[in-house]
Amino acid sequence: MRNIKKIKIKINGKIKTVDNQLKLHQLINKLKIPTNKVAIELNREIINKKIINKVKLKNNDVIEIVHFIGGG
Amino acid sequence: MNKDNFIVAKKKFNSRLIVGTGKYKNMVECAKAIKISGASIVTVAVRRVNISDKSKPILMDYIDPKKITYLPNTAGCFTSDDALRTLRLAREIGGWKLVKLEVLGDKKNLFPDMIETLKSTEVLSNEGFSVMVYCNDDPLMAKRLENVGASAIMPLAAPIGSGLGILNKTNIRIIRNQTKLPLIVDAGLGQASDATIAMELGCDGVLVNTAIAKAKKPFTMALAFKNAVIAGRQSYLSGRISKNLMGNPSSPTKGII
Repeated sequence: MRNIKKIKIKINGKIKTVDNQLKLHQLINKLKIPTNKVAIELNREIINKKIINKVKLKNNDVIEIVHFIGGG
Repeated sequence: MNKDNFIVAKKKFNSRLIVGTGKYKNMVECAKAIKISGASIVTVAVRRVNISDKSKPILMDYIDPKKITYLPNTAGCFTSDDALRTLRLAREIGGWKLVKLEVLGDKKNLFPDMIETLKSTEVLSNEGFSVMVYCNDDPLMAKRLENVGASAIMPLAAPIGSGLGILNKTNIRIIRNQTKLPLIVDAGLGQASDATIAMELGCDGVLVNTAIAKAKKPFTMALAFKNAVIAGRQSYLSGRISKNLMGNPSSPTKGII
């Protein structure tokens, strides 16, 4: 298939255009995010990090990736 | 000597001083101040990873969660739903079940919304979290939190970051007398002696952030708080003398020349 469809996703509040069928772990790897130090939410649902290689992204998916920072 | 252990949610901690990791100039300063404070628990916030700037330092690279207990908080949450979402995410990061719940009700005074706080405490306890609850200094609400499964009661001394010290000692004492749960004064302390007062009132610990992080010399203030907590605890356990209106000479009155 030469004609790869693009989809729009929102990650941490920013809209990004990515390849259709991109898997969640591919996106995380691309962003160089260490998975052992973060939690991932897809459309308001927490995604178990063990299965992120099975999760395919769809148009309009909303992803939140959080970690710990300094706080009181 | 009798062991005087500080136990929260069945876990023993070496220090009764809990410190926040916010408001420091940088991570290096934060890590050094925490080391000097001797704290074995630090509060941390849950926030979005900066996906566009990877050079941003990561807290875990400076403060090792294997050596020091991370206490994820819900700072900035104004509803029960937001707080629950935040702590469920915190648990997902690496299995954290000991958490600090803080649901705020007003952006200016940062007082807790106790209705939302109570609701969240119950839900989180039922989900297996050990919830240390930031609350107002109301003994009735403290009792209700205990009844729905709180692991520690953490009344404010004064508004967060205000540095006003303990405004209502009587209420803190009443809460102390009614609960066997760990009682930790959280928020509003301004100087080391405030921590000593909290400990002398019978609190099991104190939680400090701004008073250390924003002191002109954070490192010496961290040490001052460490010592203040130890001094206050020893003073409390030693049993103070009663207060008298009149004087009572320290030297014998017999044999005066």
